Amino acid sequence: MAKLEYDKTGRLLFTKEMKEEYTILLPMMASIQFRLMRNVFDMYGYKTELLETSGPEIAQVGLKYVHNDTCYPALLVIGQFIHALQSGKYDVHKTALMITQTGGGCRASNYIHLLRKGLKKAGLEFVPVISLNLSGLEKNSGFSLSLPMIRRLVGALVYGDTLMCLSNQTKPYEVNKGESMALVKSWSDRLTEMFKNGKGFAAKEQEAILDKISKDFSELKLNRVPKIKVGVVGEIYVKYAPLGNNNLEQFLAEQDCEVCVPGIMGFALFKVDNRLEDIKLYGGNKIKYKVIKILYDYLEKMESMMIKCTAKYGFTPPGKYSHTKELVKGVIGYGSKMGEGWLLTAEMLELTETGYPNIVCTQPFGCLPNHICGKGMIRKIKSIDDRANIVAIDYDPGAPRVNQENRIKLMLAVAKENLENELSKNSEF
Amino acid sequence: MRIGLDIGSTTVKCVVLDDNNEIKYSTYERHYSQITSKIAEILKRVKGEVEGTENALVAISGSAGMGVADKCGIDFVQEVYATRVAANTFIPGTDVIIELGGEDAKILFLTGGMEVRMNGSCAGGTGAFIDQMATLLNVPLEQMDELAAQSEKTYTIASRCGVFAKTDIQPLLNQGARKSDIAESIFAAVVNQTVAGLAQGREIEGKVVYLGGPLTFMSRLRRRFDMVLNTKGICPDNSLYFVASGAALCAEHTIDFDKIIEAVKHYNGSGNFAFNKPLFENQAEYDEFSRRHSEATVEQGDLKSYKGKVFVGTDAGSTTLKSVVLGENGELLYSKYQSNSGNPVPLIKEFLEELYKAAPDIDIAASAVTGYGEEIIKNAFCYDYGIVETIAHFTAAKRFMPDVEFVIDIGGQDIKCFKIHNGAIDNLFLNEACSSGCGSFLQTFANALGYKIEDFAKLGLFAKQPVDLGSRCTVFMNSSVKQAQKDGATIEDISAGLSVSVVKNALYKVIRASSPDELGKKIVVQGGTFLNDAVLRAFEKEMNTQVVRPTISGLMGAYGAALYAMSRNRSENSTILNSEQLKGFKHEIQVVSCGLCQNNCRLTVNKFADGRKFIGGNRCERPITKRSPDKSLNIYDYKLELLKSYKPVKGSRGKIGIPMGLNMFELLPFWHSFFTSLGFEVSASPISDRKLYAKGQQTIPSDTVCYPAKLIHGHIQTLIDSGFDTIFYPCLSYNLDEGLGDNHYNCPVVAYYPEVISANMKDIKKVTFIKEYLGIHRKKDFPKKAYEMLSKYFDGITLKEVKAAAKAAYAEYDAHMAKIRAKGEQIIAQAEKEGKDIIVLSGRPYHVDPEINKGIDKLMAGFGVAIVSEDVVSCKVEKFPTTVLNQWTYHSRLYAAAKYIAGRDDMNLVQLVSFGCGVDAITTDEVRGILESEGKIYTQIKIDEITNLGAVKIRLRSLLAAVEEQREAKKKA
Repeated sequence: MAKLEYDKTGRLLFTKEMKEEYTILLPMMASIQFRLMRNVFDMYGYKTELLETSGPEIAQVGLKYVHNDTCYPALLVIGQFIHALQSGKYDVHKTALMITQTGGGCRASNYIHLLRKGLKKAGLEFVPVISLNLSGLEKNSGFSLSLPMIRRLVGALVYGDTLMCLSNQTKPYEVNKGESMALVKSWSDRLTEMFKNGKGFAAKEQEAILDKISKDFSELKLNRVPKIKVGVVGEIYVKYAPLGNNNLEQFLAEQDCEVCVPGIMGFALFKVDNRLEDIKLYGGNKIKYKVIKILYDYLEKMESMMIKCTAKYGFTPPGKYSHTKELVKGVIGYGSKMGEGWLLTAEMLELTETGYPNIVCTQPFGCLPNHICGKGMIRKIKSIDDRANIVAIDYDPGAPRVNQENRIKLMLAVAKENLENELSKNSEF
Repeated sequence: MRIGLDIGSTTVKCVVLDDNNEIKYSTYERHYSQITSKIAEILKRVKGEVEGTENALVAISGSAGMGVADKCGIDFVQEVYATRVAANTFIPGTDVIIELGGEDAKILFLTGGMEVRMNGSCAGGTGAFIDQMATLLNVPLEQMDELAAQSEKTYTIASRCGVFAKTDIQPLLNQGARKSDIAESIFAAVVNQTVAGLAQGREIEGKVVYLGGPLTFMSRLRRRFDMVLNTKGICPDNSLYFVASGAALCAEHTIDFDKIIEAVKHYNGSGNFAFNKPLFENQAEYDEFSRRHSEATVEQGDLKSYKGKVFVGTDAGSTTLKSVVLGENGELLYSKYQSNSGNPVPLIKEFLEELYKAAPDIDIAASAVTGYGEEIIKNAFCYDYGIVETIAHFTAAKRFMPDVEFVIDIGGQDIKCFKIHNGAIDNLFLNEACSSGCGSFLQTFANALGYKIEDFAKLGLFAKQPVDLGSRCTVFMNSSVKQAQKDGATIEDISAGLSVSVVKNALYKVIRASSPDELGKKIVVQGGTFLNDAVLRAFEKEMNTQVVRPTISGLMGAYGAALYAMSRNRSENSTILNSEQLKGFKHEIQVVSCGLCQNNCRLTVNKFADGRKFIGGNRCERPITKRSPDKSLNIYDYKLELLKSYKPVKGSRGKIGIPMGLNMFELLPFWHSFFTSLGFEVSASPISDRKLYAKGQQTIPSDTVCYPAKLIHGHIQTLIDSGFDTIFYPCLSYNLDEGLGDNHYNCPVVAYYPEVISANMKDIKKVTFIKEYLGIHRKKDFPKKAYEMLSKYFDGITLKEVKAAAKAAYAEYDAHMAKIRAKGEQIIAQAEKEGKDIIVLSGRPYHVDPEINKGIDKLMAGFGVAIVSEDVVSCKVEKFPTTVLNQWTYHSRLYAAAKYIAGRDDMNLVQLVSFGCGVDAITTDEVRGILESEGKIYTQIKIDEITNLGAVKIRLRSLLAAVEEQREAKKKA
């Protein structure tokens, strides 16, 4: 069995032996994307498992092992990990955990430390935790993020974002219920199979596949009646994770809405772009700038592939990052980078512009960056584009679902009225 | 014909409209959470009493109506939307609607861009809040209005949340403030909350309409709104039925009445609510439990036949008064448990009179009082000793379990618990303002559901599925209960669930324990709330351990006080008023404003018949001694004076205003010097106070952001109002790197608050607002970047000038910090010389703001300790590994300070935490960890808008008492 090794500061390392013996648990956030991206780890010889557990016990476990005033995503992610480890399903001496770390100025950079504290409290301090980050934080001999691996992760992300974007636009209108998600499933399976054989990542190949995916979705039988179109933005975890937002997307679907959730690619571009902005604002190394710019350009290229393929078949393509960024100019500074930063504000403007003016702005209760970029900007957004109909919803273990849904329903009532006005206006002409 | 139902959190309203939209029938009834049967009952009645309902269109609205509507196939109309429809029909031309309901508060802007504002997760300032406050004042709800009409003055009561307000009101009551004044103050708080929390910068003007129960029934509340909004609002006759009418107006479908009545009756909710295991599986389990706990008793004696000295102990708690009389061997001779409905003085008088009547020859050797009302009772009746509650409870617990390791007391309004280490109180947890009120919450809830607390609690003992209500603040629980009811939870399940919640709240919010081992094996529980078997059982189950609950659980504070009095071995008799003195006892209260310093405390002056006087409500000793407090050993005072010394210097380039808040409390010297050197006249806004806060509070977009950030709005408004046309308030992602951490960020709020100001303050457009992103952490790049920034706003400034200005700025900043450290050294040296305890009052630079720290520094200084701040000692420590990512400059200092004091016997750390500070969720645990690993006591004080310092005092006194005890224990060892 792999020996437990520690670094100078006493951090438990994930060693090469562990890579052979251990299963790495990954937290779930955006299901379509994460399921695809998981495959990439498997390609590189890691045994991984995506945690798809849900239920109130997870928050309870979180509350038990994490400071209760910590943000809700931390409670859930850590709760989910410890809940899994305590479930008896895993050999805890052959299990590791992986969590992302952005290194930004928000509390989220501390999740990994809170997780370790929680593990210690639960008597599981021998479980190694791997930090997944691009900042060179916390090195482990048994895990490294190589350039080809990053490229493949990005490739998988692009597939995921595309599938999410397309299915969101077909699901509410499908004539044969369930076809969209079935298509997502069949493509996810096919892609997984391709990844196993090392296929699907070459630029040309990926573009052709994306084109095929879009085409498949465009051929679904749809009945395009006018529906309320709702955008979802917010703190990244509660924005995507059904566990974090009380199944928000499902609720909106039940209310007969079309939902648009901006993809993860925008966030990835934002995080990379922040490093460029930092240098522009405060000065810094020119070579570093150039290196980061290469990564940025690469991501943009991938993004444009996604936009091109979806637009070609008449779908509303994912918002172009550079355009989204342009929208927010003069509204909030590009230096505002903690958490979702200015991107959150920008996404609200972008959604309003592209026909999703009804917006749920999700945030964990007391989320610090969202005081600024979410709630703090709603007033300004409305003054810029009065079509915007935004409701801010707080999530935490104590916030009752009924209140959240009631507030969303109010937003939807106004949305419905706006939609009817628009329809009657159009019918007059 | 149309029928609309409005199902609120506490009431059901129903209207029937005819085809001219005239109300044909209406009813307004409390549903006591029996929502479905109430609806069935009302519909049946409507059908019977109103003609022509067969083809009526029906819709349901209201916060509690959603699930019922869905299940029964009746249209649901969101209630705010319904209100709007009704207003447009009944009062055309309405601009703004203000509606207060049971748990909701709303403002609707109908004209000029429709907008709706609802209260968020906080239920402060609603009907439920007024209800709660009426209970606290012990007056029927209907009397609140009448009372308020007789008021003469208003007090400042925190308006954020019922629990906060409670902590403000209780001391006022204890200090003897008039109920009428408090009632009016409560209304003022509600108005404040609504306007500040919901208007969020939008002016409330034009035709204003008041709706909802509280505003309909309470004319004083309407008057308050009129006053604050400077308008005359309309409260229509059918104000209670607007939502119901709106629902009726939106109704699109007819229903089959009988089918619906039947469907509603059978609606049991989804049956899907999270629940815990039953408290007791069966009667036998309960019997065994009862038997076990009946064993922790005290010896009883008979007061009448008893001969010898006796000892009196009183616990003047927030909601109850407990008194005991003990004999020389500690036997319990007499006890009294009284509900505290406000002023404790007459109750104690009653207790003593009864005691003297029962035992005319009583020989009282000593007496002690503890609890919230300690000071007033001690002074009014001349008790010999006043002790802090924690000491009282510890003393009592030791009697039952000499080697007790952990004591937890859940009282009416607070949770106190502490660990015992080496015979001294080691680790004290008090509930922060947000989760207090556990015992009284159970009570309020029982009453709301129409039960007595005793009966209500018993209901839960054998509940099959105790509802899982989580461990958050009680206000949130209220909504969770509502949800559970809708999902089909029975009253038994809810009762049990609430008991479990109280326990979880204590364990996971206050103590933050994760296992029983952490708290030790020997646990004594006490306080009135534990008399409730359901709570006790939930505690044992949650902790998975058996604990001792003394049969006198509710009297432990008083019992401990009496034991304390006994242990003092007084040679003379007690000074407590005897039966003669008691006859002439008189008590008068006068409320005055102190006015001796800018805190301007509201003082309650209590006068007694024999000419003695007691002043309450003061923060410092000044109104009593008439001397200003000794400031020489208080660095907070020094820091504030230092900042005030940065006065404007006339310059040729114009004036610049700087808001004196958040990071400016440290960077003012930097920017002042920078701009002065460039030839600007730099002025800072004045030091914060309530008035300044009020100036900006309407423009705060996020009601959950920390108070220091909220204050910025007032500062900016003040600068604009004083005619500054340029305001400088830069965004700073990064702070200066002091080499103590892994990074040197500011927290997101400090870093980017200028963006919030720019986006939400209307008047900011009148001035040049410079909120540029600057990097003072890159000393070399800064001049060039600052030069580029300045060039956007001013002509003719050269790079050379900026370079010189930057140099001066960094130098001034360094000098400023050096001065603080030098002063700190001097204070430490002085304290060492005088043998005084040193408290490192830690927080962030802006905690120097007296409006933020609430005079806690002065209060501490009053205890005779020396006060330094974290930055004085943090520089004495090298960077060391922490278990969290150490990435914020201000917080790195906290860790370093904790590390430093660990090595010093004469230093202790008290951490100031702003309510809502998310970063502190991380830092507090780390600071605690560092201190505890070195055997130090961790003390945390959460501060917000609240002005009550009672809890703070308990904390500090307990800390000092514990430090003293530890020291004595060490000496003995």
